[in-house]
Amino acid sequence: MYRYDEFDETLVRERAAQFRGQVKRRLAGQLREEHFKPLRLQNGVYLQLHAYMFRIAVPYGQLSAAKMRQLAMIADKYDKGYGHFTTRQNIQFNWIKLAEIPDALDALADVEMHAIQTSGNCIRNVTSDHLAGANLDEIEDPRPWCEIIRQWSTFHPEFLALPRKFKIAVTASPNDRAAVRIHDIGLHMKKNGAGEVGFEVIVGGGLGRTPYIGVTVRDWVSKADLLDYLEANMRVYNRHGRRDNKYKARIKILVNELGLAEYQREVDAEFAAQRDAEKVVLPQAEIDRISAYFAPPEFETQPARSDVFDKSIAADPVFARWAKNNLRAHRVPGYISVHIALKPQGAAPGDASSAQMRAIADIGERYGLDDIRVAHEQDIVLPHVKLTDVPAVYAALKAADLAASNAGLASDIITCPGLDYCNLANARSITVSNEVQAVFADPAFEDDVGVLHINVSGCINACGHHHVGHIGILGVDKKGEEFYQILFGGRADEKAVIGEIQGPGLRHEEVAPAIKRVINRYMQLRASKTEKFIDTLARLGHAPFKEALYASA
Amino acid sequence: MPLLKNGKLIDDVWAFVEDSHELSPGGCVTVSLGRYLSEHEQLAARNEATGVRLSNTDDPALLAPYLAHIHLIELDFPKYTDGRALSQAQLLRRRLGYSGEIRARGQVLRDQLRAMIRCGIDAMQVEDPEVAADPEAVFQFSEHELSDDYQATADGRATIFMKRHRTPGKD
Repeated sequence: MYRYDEFDETLVRERAAQFRGQVKRRLAGQLREEHFKPLRLQNGVYLQLHAYMFRIAVPYGQLSAAKMRQLAMIADKYDKGYGHFTTRQNIQFNWIKLAEIPDALDALADVEMHAIQTSGNCIRNVTSDHLAGANLDEIEDPRPWCEIIRQWSTFHPEFLALPRKFKIAVTASPNDRAAVRIHDIGLHMKKNGAGEVGFEVIVGGGLGRTPYIGVTVRDWVSKADLLDYLEANMRVYNRHGRRDNKYKARIKILVNELGLAEYQREVDAEFAAQRDAEKVVLPQAEIDRISAYFAPPEFETQPARSDVFDKSIAADPVFARWAKNNLRAHRVPGYISVHIALKPQGAAPGDASSAQMRAIADIGERYGLDDIRVAHEQDIVLPHVKLTDVPAVYAALKAADLAASNAGLASDIITCPGLDYCNLANARSITVSNEVQAVFADPAFEDDVGVLHINVSGCINACGHHHVGHIGILGVDKKGEEFYQILFGGRADEKAVIGEIQGPGLRHEEVAPAIKRVINRYMQLRASKTEKFIDTLARLGHAPFKEALYASA
Repeated sequence: MPLLKNGKLIDDVWAFVEDSHELSPGGCVTVSLGRYLSEHEQLAARNEATGVRLSNTDDPALLAPYLAHIHLIELDFPKYTDGRALSQAQLLRRRLGYSGEIRARGQVLRDQLRAMIRCGIDAMQVEDPEVAADPEAVFQFSEHELSDDYQATADGRATIFMKRHRTPGKD
């Protein structure tokens, strides 16, 4: 994990002091709310339906036990004892008092954390693959470049008042777990013909009211050119992105209005015009310094199989189910990545109590090489666990009520906070998500259904990524009543697709039964038990499922 | 309205000339980009300092052939949330090598001063009451509110990326 040096530390402390001053001026009436708003947003502070919301950055989703414990402390001291892990790998608290946020920022700085640029019209927290450094398929660890981008984008003075928010995600795997094609810029690390690792640059993805899958603007950019090429994209966007309508201000609209060829021409011209003196100076020694923090931990030599693990599987079918669904292959023999699904039946998706955060910290420290990740699925991952320790990890998770066995399955539903918290929402998300979860309450049935991604958003801003769920659910308001539109066929991975709305919205209570009919239809129609819902849908088209959706509605 | 140049209060000697108005024979004037491009010869013949006002949608590169004859470029911040002029300032300083005054006008707020300074803006017309109350002190405070920066920008300061790898004692 990256560790701050004196420069990083000083900046984060100075930033906290700066915001303390701004809050003081605001509370004293010197600074108007209108002028304070962009300042608080760039420090992660939203004004929500009931209170201020505080969003803390978890750069590329990586935490340590000490950081997780500090989040638990903040949950207890400044909030209501819980927090919400987000689709951008961050954590947010929903009940904090404005006057106490500067103290919370100081407490974060104590563990090398901050809330910088977690909101506002600036470059946001960079996100990545939650299995970085552990998975089988990445060509190299993307995190050093995530950290380089984090530093380069932090307080970049030219890009603090962009037309709209700007999200960058990085993956280094052909199997994209970071949803890079639905980001303003997605970076896909890959090799060129000469075998050098660089970046495919994908621009203009995004959801919201006008969803787009990003397009490849350059097939390969070298590491040496990356930051300069990003600056060229940012400058073109800052100068030419629309500012007349906030719903048309994201870079996806610019790319689509200009067309790919013209956008490429603009960026290429800007990039080519950079003089040597304008280039970002990123010494190789600095790349090496940052990369060293992400060197693989000292893995022990372990047998590929574990008797302890195998015996537990044989002895405990509940453990066996959890292990089947929640473990991910690791590149080192005898190690595994453990997925902690924060989606037990009936809970608010992505929420964890302070006690659960401390339990995760303890487990991560004891069994997980002190490496804890937030996944964009609103779940937690321990990337490096010895296979032989998995039964003990499971027991500890179970004791903390963290052993939901549904990772990647139908009830692991990505859900925005919705009308229960959010002042943008048109409809509740959590309740409808819980009702759909209940369709899959029988573990045998859920396992039989297999991989199925369901996403719920409470409004068209799409924080629950409903466009890229295999089944998407979108809450809308129709004359004061909540309705839910259903989408089929979306996906967020390397084959990213925007799902299609099937037809008229359903009433709240109609959603879960309708999803149940769709799933029953899938079970009848799938070619085999291993054909996933998304693949059956692709093979047969949407019609039979749409028919089931509206069968008795 | 107070005018800061390099953090010090100065008198504004520049006359703002509307496109529809005649040029006076003497004194420093600012004109719009369009007028400058069509009348730069007449402006040069006045033997007085010339300034150009850019709207934030103007392309600063259009001034490239004339920058040696321009003493002031005014950039517009029509709204404090609109950062287009920050890119214009960076282009003028770093790409086009302009070394005259770059002045910010419009909604220039206290908490934006530092980003403006970093992008090469060296003068600000400030109506924000929080700055106007004590402009030099506020400027001084804002400039030093953060001690270092990751990015190389028009202010030419060494970045954190560079400082980390300096040989001790050499610079």
